[in-house]
Amino acid sequence: MTQIKIAVDKLNLWFGDNHVLKDVSLSVPPNAVTAIMGPSGCGKSTLLRTINRMNDLILGTRVTGRIVMDGEDILADSTDVIELRKRVGMVFQKPNPFPKSIFENIAFGPRIHHLGAGSEIAERVERTLVAANLWDEVKDRLHDNAFCLSGGQQQRLCMARCLSVEPEVILLDEPASALDPLSSARLEELIGQLKKDYTIVIVTHNMQQAARVSDWCAFLMLGELVEFDRTDRIFTKPGDKRTEDFLSGRFG
Amino acid sequence: MTAGPAAPGRKLRRVRFASSVGFWLLGIPLALFIAFIVYLCIYLFQNGMSVISWAFLTQAPTKGMTAGGIWPCIVGTVLVTFVSLIFSVPIGVFSAIYLSEYAPANFVTRAIRSSIRSLAGIPSIVYGLFGVALFVSALKLGLSIAASGLTLGLMNLPWIIATAEEAISAIPGSFREGALALGTTKWEAIRYNVLPYALPGILTGVLLALARTMGETAPILFTGVTYYTRQLPTSFSSKFMALPYHLFTLATQHDKLLEVRPIAFGTAIVLLVLVLLFDAAAFVFRLRFAGANKWQV
Repeated sequence: MTQIKIAVDKLNLWFGDNHVLKDVSLSVPPNAVTAIMGPSGCGKSTLLRTINRMNDLILGTRVTGRIVMDGEDILADSTDVIELRKRVGMVFQKPNPFPKSIFENIAFGPRIHHLGAGSEIAERVERTLVAANLWDEVKDRLHDNAFCLSGGQQQRLCMARCLSVEPEVILLDEPASALDPLSSARLEELIGQLKKDYTIVIVTHNMQQAARVSDWCAFLMLGELVEFDRTDRIFTKPGDKRTEDFLSGRFG
Repeated sequence: MTAGPAAPGRKLRRVRFASSVGFWLLGIPLALFIAFIVYLCIYLFQNGMSVISWAFLTQAPTKGMTAGGIWPCIVGTVLVTFVSLIFSVPIGVFSAIYLSEYAPANFVTRAIRSSIRSLAGIPSIVYGLFGVALFVSALKLGLSIAASGLTLGLMNLPWIIATAEEAISAIPGSFREGALALGTTKWEAIRYNVLPYALPGILTGVLLALARTMGETAPILFTGVTYYTRQLPTSFSSKFMALPYHLFTLATQHDKLLEVRPIAFGTAIVLLVLVLLFDAAAFVFRLRFAGANKWQV
């Protein structure tokens, strides 16, 4: 790994007395997909949500260690969390479109961040919908409520919404877990397209999905990072017994 | 186990019997309730409709209130209701936003929340007495629309806070999360992605409060309502006539009780229709919003 976009360094996290992440260190390369996999409750979502500081919203969270992005420690008190979340977008497990029109869903972020007005917003909406492979399906009904879309379309809409404020990093929290196989495949295809422009971190408990979409892969268990390597290596020659057991379906 | 559709087995018959008992057990109270409402309306309209006319709505009472209309009462009721809502809606809604979105989840917040629930249950006459002490005497507003309106507002406040807080907390957390993840501030997330969807619920609370305000007698009794004034109120420091108090007077205090009875019923009809009008307005308003709120289905 020559370049590093995000370096997680000895990250520890507690929810109250519960020690959720233990000394996690890993490096996320730019313009690649990094998957975090592991059994349920291993802390993979929590790790993801530390990168855009969404855990700040949970009372009684305590963090030590550093997460350095482009040379800056984003866990520092001086970090502008609003600016950070604009640079590090997130798509959640369950599609969560806003109860607005398709157009307004995408225009929401750019309007909040004053990224142009009027026709500029409309152009941006089109551009992001095209980038999210959704434009052709929705261009004739931009002003319909977003809830009219299918689950897979809703999730791609959430992807587009995330792209609308021009992030550098996209965090995906099990984005396909609520989708049918076909919608899943379309989403994975999209992830593959987006990685040339963005740094993508995806959490998944689906190891086939991790194998399909990711370039790098972290295996997390009980809050500890068991292994972090190139995806092809992890899947062919895991360095740790626990990774091997997980991949061979012995638990998880 | 061979019972076909022609001869239902014992078990099936028992289930059918039980479910029809359930149906009637739940249906009869509802039917009784509806019958009661219908009877109430018919009774009111039969007894009061004879006095309803344009003149009744637009003239002041004359001849010792045995003739004329109830215009000053309508004006008075609308004005105190207006004052009370101006006072209680902003304070109530802002308090609700604070309680549901900002207040820490600790003992103090829980204590405040349950106090608000208890306040909603305090008899209105107690608010009336408190209004005399605070608004009429201490703040020197005298017997006036302002004092009555504020007293009613105070009475409304716990209702509005409780319903608004419920409406706001009912908005899924994913709306807030989705906005925050785009880099909005907490207030932007609330302002643009929570409050608009909570608005119909908040409005329902305001309406309940409004209907109650229009019909309340006790809180205005000591704080500004009057038996009879020759003129319409000229300012918020005037005394005023109000529909519920007028009704009370005509029904129990008048020398010629039987003679003014139709006017009393007519007043009741006007009060009822006024409340229904506001309800209908809010219903239309909610319908317009319902289109945007598909997440509820």
